[in-house]
Amino acid sequence: MPGQTLYDKLWSQHLVKERDDGTALIYIDRHLLHEVTSPQAFEGLRLAGRRPWRLDANLATPDHNVPTTLLERAEGNAGIKDPVSLIQVQTLDDNCESFGIEEFRINDPRQGIVHVVGPEQGATLPGMTVVCGDSHTATHGAFAALSHGIGTSEVEHVLATQCLLAQKMKNMQVRVEGELGEGVTAKDVVLAIIGRIGTAGGTGYAIEFAGSAIRGLSMEGRMTVCNMAIEAGARVGLIAVDDTTIDYLRDRHYAPRGEQWEAAVADWRNLVSDDGAEFDKVVTLDAAEIEPQVSWGTSPEMVAGIGGEVPDPAEADDDTARTGITRALEYMGLAPKQKITDIRLDKVFIGSCTNSRIEDLRAAAKVAKGHKVADSIALAMVVPGSGLVKRQAEEEGLDRVFIDAGFEWREPGCSMCLAMNADKLGAGEHCASTSNRNFEGRQGYGGRTHLVSPAMAAAAAIAGHFVDVRHFDAAAQEA
Amino acid sequence: MQKFERLEGLVAPLDRANVDTDLIIPKQFLKSIKRSGFGVNLFDELRYLDEGQPGQDCSQRPINSDFVLNQPRYQGASILLARQNFGCGSSREHAPWALDDFGFRVVIAPSFADIFYNNAFKNGILLIRLSEAEVDRLFEEVAANEGYRLDVDLEAQRVITPSGELLEFEVDAFRKHCLLEGLDDIGITLKDEDAIHAFEQRHRAERPWMFREA
Ligand code: SF4
Repeated sequence: MPGQTLYDKLWSQHLVKERDDGTALIYIDRHLLHEVTSPQAFEGLRLAGRRPWRLDANLATPDHNVPTTLLERAEGNAGIKDPVSLIQVQTLDDNCESFGIEEFRINDPRQGIVHVVGPEQGATLPGMTVVCGDSHTATHGAFAALSHGIGTSEVEHVLATQCLLAQKMKNMQVRVEGELGEGVTAKDVVLAIIGRIGTAGGTGYAIEFAGSAIRGLSMEGRMTVCNMAIEAGARVGLIAVDDTTIDYLRDRHYAPRGEQWEAAVADWRNLVSDDGAEFDKVVTLDAAEIEPQVSWGTSPEMVAGIGGEVPDPAEADDDTARTGITRALEYMGLAPKQKITDIRLDKVFIGSCTNSRIEDLRAAAKVAKGHKVADSIALAMVVPGSGLVKRQAEEEGLDRVFIDAGFEWREPGCSMCLAMNADKLGAGEHCASTSNRNFEGRQGYGGRTHLVSPAMAAAAAIAGHFVDVRHFDAAAQEA
Repeated sequence: MQKFERLEGLVAPLDRANVDTDLIIPKQFLKSIKRSGFGVNLFDELRYLDEGQPGQDCSQRPINSDFVLNQPRYQGASILLARQNFGCGSSREHAPWALDDFGFRVVIAPSFADIFYNNAFKNGILLIRLSEAEVDRLFEEVAANEGYRLDVDLEAQRVITPSGELLEFEVDAFRKHCLLEGLDDIGITLKDEDAIHAFEQRHRAERPWMFREA
């Protein structure tokens, strides 16, 4: 019998029932909730007279709509100026209270972006199934947890039944072998992967990220990689358990303790793909070849190395590609063959569930230290992923580094990742952003997003245009 | 989900093909956090003379008295008679939510858009496909007879006209079963309640650390 993949193991460990029609009932261990996709689900429960199946499986926090300035946040929910946003956040509070679901409210120090909060609390554990009404739930796969986003009807289904109707996906392995160069981060790795396989490359697959370069990443880095599995079309991204996983989880709030910890660790050690496990597809990348990445277009697969240039539609392989590039360049206001380092920026956003963890802030602060944000940059903001990340950064003095350099130091939330609160791009503005989506209008109507790592974003803020963070100080002196 | 077995109700005619989901419920109302309350904005652009905003008091808005649903003779209708490709456009579940909230439990048309068809059944609304000729004739009869009512019998899969004529319709067995029993996906999953409990017990015994409450 061939070995099992990590995904196969997780699937079979949660299979409640297989149905004749090819669907299966999968048991859900952890359900994360936020204010945008849950209200109708709660209302559905109420209308049907149902109760949540298992309260302790759920954990909620508002993140998408919360304002990020200190002044607004000081007022709690009352600081949310948009009445529609306010109602959504209040509704989450009310629903959690009336159903008895634990929630980290707006000014709870544990509040933050759901995908930062879950792992940070140890609420995401290896071997779990984790779902949330949000496509970036793939993040939690960094812990060898089977995690993916769901829709509002499914949110209700999980609340009511602790199960999900699912169909098994195919297995893909993406191996990144070798050592990453200095200044090349997890974000560059995942952007390079998406650049290689394309935004639909992972459709229908659960992707397991493997290889020595992946094993060499911290948990923060692994979360960054799994977070963007969805941008490669895969609802699920996974990384096997190793010492790094276990060390991260020890003493986290919801992590087991004592004898149970020992038993859990023994169990988690099996959460790896067996030798000889068969994948439907395998893709291999050489870590040494990966440069710091910058997205130039309106889809996450439209990326180039920092030493590269914007493509020329005239050189595209076919008509579809040509039209795609032409339309993207038009929207982005870029010229064919323009050097990536010649792209000038208006705003810089360091944050989002992709890159707002402590390690991300450290990397950005390291670059920013002792420099000033360029005068041409209208706004450079740092938005920590959670209240606890913020607190730790402040203990380490990172906030001072950012503030001294001219960055705004904000309160935790999704912020300019999707511009559902007041943090937005203006039409035509170019933004170096550590988030995950560069779709048209994603960060504000007409806004132009360039996806980069935190270090690259910080360097760009100081230079006013993209620079190779690997030679950053030299570049700053030239400027 | 609400059950549907049999309904005897007043019929309102909407004589227009390709009624899309934007027409059924315009996009500005999707900001709502609710699944209910969309009834006042059903067919908003047809019903009122101004542009509707979420949260507005619709009783103060100028009414388009030409629109069929605003005519006194159709007040209290629970069966909507429509034309082909009803419900085309987006996947918004707000469309069936709005129809239901307004009071429609049945829509009769020659054809429906796919996604809308699914969404409606999920929300306890029965969609009935009749032939073009049958639908044409129903439009004529509704127009000619004030207070025109139909008797819809799902179990027997037929619509009974005031003159006693029987119009038979097709509906797939699974959807029919769900409607008759008032079952939604959740209801069906809950039929496996015992299997879920058994799984949960085993899971808890094997991996107690996954459960925050011991
Ligand atoms: S940070 Fe952005 S991608 Fe992540 S959950 Fe919030 S809005 Fe979604």
